[in-house]
Amino acid sequence: MSSYCDHCSGAQQARLEQLGVGFEDIDHIICLAGNPNTGKSTVFNALTGLKQHTGNWPGKTIERAEGGFVYNDKHYKIVDLPGTYSLLSASPDEEVARDFILFGQPDVTVIVLDATRLERNLNLALQIFQITRRIVVAVNFLKEARSHNLNIDLRNLELDLGVPVVAIEARDGQGFAELLSAIAKVCGGDIVPNPKALKLNIPGLKGALNQVKQLLAQLYPQLEHKEWIALRLLAGDASVSAALARGDLENL
Amino acid sequence: MLEAQSNIIARVDELRWQLPPNLNDLLAEQIYTEATQIAARSQERLGASQRLLWERRLDWLLTNRYTGIPLMVLLLAIVLWITISGANYPSALLAALLVDWGWPALKAALAPYLAPWLLGVLVDGVYLTSAWVVSVMLPPMAIFFPIFTILEDFGYLPRVAFNLDRIFQRAGAHGKQALTMSMGWGCNAAGVVAARIIDSPRERIIAIITNNFSLCNGRWPMQFLIATVFLGSLVQAEYANLVATLAVLFVALLGIVLALVSSALLSRTVLRGHASTFSLELPPYRPPQILKTLYTAFFDRTIFVLWRAIVFAAPAGAAIWLVGNIEIAQVPLAKVIIDWLNPLAGIIGLNGVILLAYIIAIPANEIVIPTILMLTAVYSGELHSGSAVMFEASSHQALGEMLAAGGWTITTAICLMLFSLCHNPCSTTIYTIYKETKSLKWTTLSVLIPLAWGFLLCAIVTLVWM
Repeated sequence: MSSYCDHCSGAQQARLEQLGVGFEDIDHIICLAGNPNTGKSTVFNALTGLKQHTGNWPGKTIERAEGGFVYNDKHYKIVDLPGTYSLLSASPDEEVARDFILFGQPDVTVIVLDATRLERNLNLALQIFQITRRIVVAVNFLKEARSHNLNIDLRNLELDLGVPVVAIEARDGQGFAELLSAIAKVCGGDIVPNPKALKLNIPGLKGALNQVKQLLAQLYPQLEHKEWIALRLLAGDASVSAALARGDLENL
Repeated sequence: MLEAQSNIIARVDELRWQLPPNLNDLLAEQIYTEATQIAARSQERLGASQRLLWERRLDWLLTNRYTGIPLMVLLLAIVLWITISGANYPSALLAALLVDWGWPALKAALAPYLAPWLLGVLVDGVYLTSAWVVSVMLPPMAIFFPIFTILEDFGYLPRVAFNLDRIFQRAGAHGKQALTMSMGWGCNAAGVVAARIIDSPRERIIAIITNNFSLCNGRWPMQFLIATVFLGSLVQAEYANLVATLAVLFVALLGIVLALVSSALLSRTVLRGHASTFSLELPPYRPPQILKTLYTAFFDRTIFVLWRAIVFAAPAGAAIWLVGNIEIAQVPLAKVIIDWLNPLAGIIGLNGVILLAYIIAIPANEIVIPTILMLTAVYSGELHSGSAVMFEASSHQALGEMLAAGGWTITTAICLMLFSLCHNPCSTTIYTIYKETKSLKWTTLSVLIPLAWGFLLCAIVTLVWM
């Protein structure tokens, strides 16, 4: 293949092989997170060739769906999570999403954003930023945003968020080449995302967080997400402190 | 409690005293502020949105207090009318091909090679039942599902939930029950699973128990057929489709009313409590992807349901042929059972054939119609004697004549439509209800409540008619 072809998105997408549910020898696990009705299931279907039910209403995906695909000879398992507005409350669908990002050990979490509702969608994205660093952001419905006379500067957004940002038009099947290449780069370590951290300038919080983090580190040196767990404990999250009390914090 | 862990918890509790008491609010506020700032830095409004204007106008029309519900009913009526009038011709064509021509042809072709009993089981039983399923069910489903899916794609379902919310609240149920109900119009098992979007366990169980009042895939074709054959034929031909549409519309709406009444009864007795509030986003209208929708609706739903129907109908067909031909003291077994069921069925305006069909069809509602046809044929002895006369003309009119010969009247048709709405869920749904509620009590109630309504309504209709 000539070097020109390597840069053509069509050629890159041609390296995608949909596997449906027949996946084995997985190299990487990725998951799709985002607000309800942002097109996660459409992305999932496009990548796996499966026919997860899609519809224009929030709350449609209630269970996580799993599928597989091959891209550039690597086998990926992809998990479609229920859409949620936040990760802070404890409704069943939010728990499914939160627990998977925390404990399913995805190599990449793809956050699908609705370009027409950027503010509210970023609200969830920032919460996911607190849990994991391996993130790719896919901005969907840019065409619709333009018809609302809304212009979104994705390069600026990428700089601001510190994670790869790609434009997709999931319903039209556009942008998947770029999305797949970003996912592969984060999985392979070619890109190391540096998600924007929350400032947390609340009086006394920084010191308290550090103390709790240290205590957790003494007890569980291997524990991931110490910062997030410490924050949830300080915020009085009953489910997290119950898990700590039971001694199974590592699998909440 | 574990030592080290409880130390951390104790330390956390101490630290929390030093933090602002409204820490959670402050955190949420900070995330929100940050999100707003990021969005503001990267997005630019170039002017007023044209689309927002028409979306707002459409939303006003579709969800307003006075026009919302009437427009919803009108839309449903239009969908039903398109289905009924569109399905007639292809149905007749398929029946002509598969039943009038295919059945005798297949029988003649295989007769030299198969023993008579095997020929009977395979051709009169399995083939004929499957052929009926295809000709009766394929056309209406191939029209109804795509239209429904296009509406879903467009974003209409959340608007329906919005319109019905106030009514559901008054019944002590959750507004999102309107969404699970709409899913039930596709498949009750799917509707029961969809009830997971309801957080409150009490309201979730109400939504699960009453989901069966949404006519499912397996029951729509039967409604279309009976309405067309019996009620449509009461009036002049040009009004037949209209009358049939109104009849099916009535049954579908009655389902909503019964779901509401049952919800209200449950929330005032065994599932007492207040309706919880919730927020439901009205997503933007999106132009439906017509071709893609047609493709997926046809292959994912139509063919799926049809396949399920054939899978269940084929063995049922064989079984029916056998009960029709195994004799006890010179009387076919089917006749014995049907005669035994007849008195009970008579009270609720049905007949033994229908009740037996409903028992045989517990695994799948889809096979009620072919089972009824096959049992009627067996009962009247036509199939048994091997005569092919009965099936030679399989237009709707001929079908009506065949059933009328089996003792059917308008009352039977009306009661059958009502009973189809109000009877036990299919075995898949019952199993799903058990899996979702993990309770024998709620599962039993889910079976009994619709049956009770069915017997009550049919008995009333029968009494009033007489």
